[in-house]
Amino acid sequence: MPAVSFQNVSKVYLSAHGELHALKGVSFDIEPGEFFGLLGPNGAGKTTLISVLAGLTRASTGRVLVHGKNVQTDYQAARRQLGVVPQELVFDPFFNVREALRFQSGYFGVRHNEAWIDELLEGLGLADKAGANMRQLSGGMKRRVLVAQALVHKPPVIVLDEPTAGVDVELRQTLWQFVSDLNKRQGCTVLLTTHYLEEAEALCGRIAMLRQGQVVALESTSELLRRASSNVLRFKTDQALPDDLAAVARVTGRVVQLPAHDALEVERILARARESGVLAQDIEIRKADLEDVFIDVMENAAHAQGALA
Amino acid sequence: MTGWQTLFYKEVLRFWKVGFQTVAAPVITAILYMMIFGHVLEGRVQVYETVSYTAFLLPGLVMMSVLQNAFANSSSSLIQSKIMGNLVFLLLTPLSHRAWFVAYVGSSVVRGLAVGIGVMLVTWWFAQPPFVAPLWILAFALLGAALLGALGLIAGLWAEKFDQMAAFQNFIIMPMTFLSGVFYSIHSLPDFWQRVSHLNPFFYMIDGFRYGFFGVSDVSPWLSLALVAGALAVVSAVALHLLRIGYKIRH
Repeated sequence: MPAVSFQNVSKVYLSAHGELHALKGVSFDIEPGEFFGLLGPNGAGKTTLISVLAGLTRASTGRVLVHGKNVQTDYQAARRQLGVVPQELVFDPFFNVREALRFQSGYFGVRHNEAWIDELLEGLGLADKAGANMRQLSGGMKRRVLVAQALVHKPPVIVLDEPTAGVDVELRQTLWQFVSDLNKRQGCTVLLTTHYLEEAEALCGRIAMLRQGQVVALESTSELLRRASSNVLRFKTDQALPDDLAAVARVTGRVVQLPAHDALEVERILARARESGVLAQDIEIRKADLEDVFIDVMENAAHAQGALA
Repeated sequence: MTGWQTLFYKEVLRFWKVGFQTVAAPVITAILYMMIFGHVLEGRVQVYETVSYTAFLLPGLVMMSVLQNAFANSSSSLIQSKIMGNLVFLLLTPLSHRAWFVAYVGSSVVRGLAVGIGVMLVTWWFAQPPFVAPLWILAFALLGAALLGALGLIAGLWAEKFDQMAAFQNFIIMPMTFLSGVFYSIHSLPDFWQRVSHLNPFFYMIDGFRYGFFGVSDVSPWLSLALVAGALAVVSAVALHLLRIGYKIRH
């Protein structure tokens, strides 16, 4: 039985401007013990999909199961298995860290949970903040508490919605160490959305990419990387590229990146650049990474969707 | 603790931690009413033959404080959680709509009674009304606080901004409590306004509560009890329904 099963999930929001289709028939399964990445540009529907899973939003059609429990009709059983770290940095200003964790534990009906609460505080570097009021914590510390709150009832499925947005390097390391441990040692299933593609590449065994409410890629991370068999030619320049190169290039400020399958193509691109008066500096060739694949997938999907429209 | 007990405890702790504004402040307000109205009207207004005005005023003030604070508790807790965004911690839990209801209304009753007892203790110095029928006092205090707690729950779910909540409080709750016979017997009103007062559910809560002290009231306490219990049943049903469908809290 899959840990999480999205079955033809659609979500339509009605607004003054008409209907907004946030999700259009999303279907995929996440197996128990997987570290699964959900990627997509802003507005692709990632957070909506997680909200449907968490019961914060109701799907317009379709259904979502957590270990076979329907998140709508059997919501209590489903939510007990889910630990969700929300994207927004929210907190209750009335209480301190330990109180917040005790309450969250109690809402799930878990009693005598002090040992696990201490372990969470220790593992997430919060031990010396246990008595501090939530208001006094820095943003990074509040983020750690959010993670601890999501894990306090020992859920078998952990959902992290952009947990590292605006978070310093140290916390990122602590967080990934802790979550990877839960995944490897305790067999927890992890569903992660992130904008940091190198994070997804390093952590996730399998990845789904969403675009405009639809799944446009669903494969193991290694499979996805293999798909981008090409290398990338990267150089810096101050001049404008000729049109034929500009059409396939990714330009970030002075940095130009172009797919190049082999040495011949590298030579051809550099020759074309020289012809058109482009002076290439700091030239390097690297393996394609998840970011290249991501951009590829999104562009292909845009073409396909454009062709259909 | 089970789920609803935890939420109930958290809600009680929430107002207790800021007890200076949630309990002490309304007690001070009630003392001011007592001093001013008692001073101005004592000897000039005689509502029941054997009862001084100040003694008459005391139960009304106590009940008014109970009702207003029961309402304030659930409504302000919910609107704050909605605006701060921390309501999500509850929305992610397996707590049922009944658990939410019991916890929010229960903690409102506790705050209402805490303030009511506080007002009673400090105004005791001004007048000592008899306790003719304590069970009636308790029954109306509990039912009234629960009714306003449930109403606060509805208002807290409905309101999206603090000013909507303030409007609910200033344009509905305040006039209805002030015009319910806290400061006067409705028998002293012109016929038309007497009939209007009979449409105000707050009137029955105050009147029935006062009956417990003096054994006299404007209408039969049984009628008041039936109406207050009926209102509580209707408001509770609405509140439970809104919680079940996740009105304005789940999309």
